Amino acid sequence: MTDASINPQASEGEARFGDFVALLKPRVMSLVVFTAAVGLLAAPVPVHPFIAFFAVLCIAIGGGASGALNMWYDADIDAVMKRTAKRPIPAGKVTPGDALAIGLTLSGFSCVMLGLAANWVAAGLLAFTIFFYVVIYTMWLKRWTPQNIVIGGAAGAFPPMIGWAVATGGVSVESVLMFLLTFMWTPPHFWALALFVKSDYDKAGVPMLTVTHGRRSARRHILGYTILLAAVAVGIGFTSVGGPVYLAVAVVLNALFLKGAVDILRRDEAASEADGYKSEKSFFKLSLLYLFLHFGAILAEAALRPWGLGGW
Amino acid sequence: MFREEHELHKRRWGRNLGLGIVLAIFVALVFGLTVVKVSLEDFRTPAETGGEQ
Repeated sequence: MTDASINPQASEGEARFGDFVALLKPRVMSLVVFTAAVGLLAAPVPVHPFIAFFAVLCIAIGGGASGALNMWYDADIDAVMKRTAKRPIPAGKVTPGDALAIGLTLSGFSCVMLGLAANWVAAGLLAFTIFFYVVIYTMWLKRWTPQNIVIGGAAGAFPPMIGWAVATGGVSVESVLMFLLTFMWTPPHFWALALFVKSDYDKAGVPMLTVTHGRRSARRHILGYTILLAAVAVGIGFTSVGGPVYLAVAVVLNALFLKGAVDILRRDEAASEADGYKSEKSFFKLSLLYLFLHFGAILAEAALRPWGLGGW
Repeated sequence: MFREEHELHKRRWGRNLGLGIVLAIFVALVFGLTVVKVSLEDFRTPAETGGEQ
């Protein structure tokens, strides 16, 4: 920890408790909590409520720890980009060493506590998720390939799989499909945003598809991933976590999502600029609802099961 | 007789309080987890299982 009595320069922007919390990326944590809880509750094996709560907390903290490690490694590019310049490390509030220490400590704690509370398969998956996000994505592929969003999306897609493993102690078709749902959803969601928000990734030296391969290519990629996503999303409807409610939601949402992706492909930059990127913006808004409603429908099927209404 | 509070302690009060609360919550959670684990039907003491899991 920085000692301001020894280092007077540090007293200006000294870290508050909230700055350490910000290192854990709380907004990303909320998605992790929701999808992990759905994975856990949709599993066919009941879990004691306290153990379920504790396990989801461990998964959230593990996700937060990987966020802290990401901020530690990416402090140089965070300082260059407007969106991230106010993060605790580039803002000078938290030292890189403190962020690294917090990230490593919480990573270890969250995995061991999850292993003790639930099982070691779930703990292993959480450890792999942290490793994947920090080493494979942040350190290796993020600055190397324009497919970085696809790789990063994989890390964010693991929580429902971990939640499922907490209950069942293993991996199954259902949990892999729930992983694929978030994995396939991330690229169209992010590239739609990249089309209408001016970012400074190129200034930071991070290759983005819209810059390296052009915006036309990004439009094609959005449709490609949306088609694959629709196959996964509807496919879940025929597994044990699906049912009539889920299938109805999936069919409607994927039809709308596919239509949105086709609209984006049909437009060129001139048309988009003329109406202020209307189609791209509505596709992005729909993508937020899309993921929430799919996992919400899986949760609804699980909630209806005790009354003999959920599932097939 | 207490020593006069150091300026550093005042400045870090919020951070220390936050950490203290987090540690207290952690202790409470581990205690709760222990109670739940030993209350589960499949819980066996090492004496009952002959030292095997």
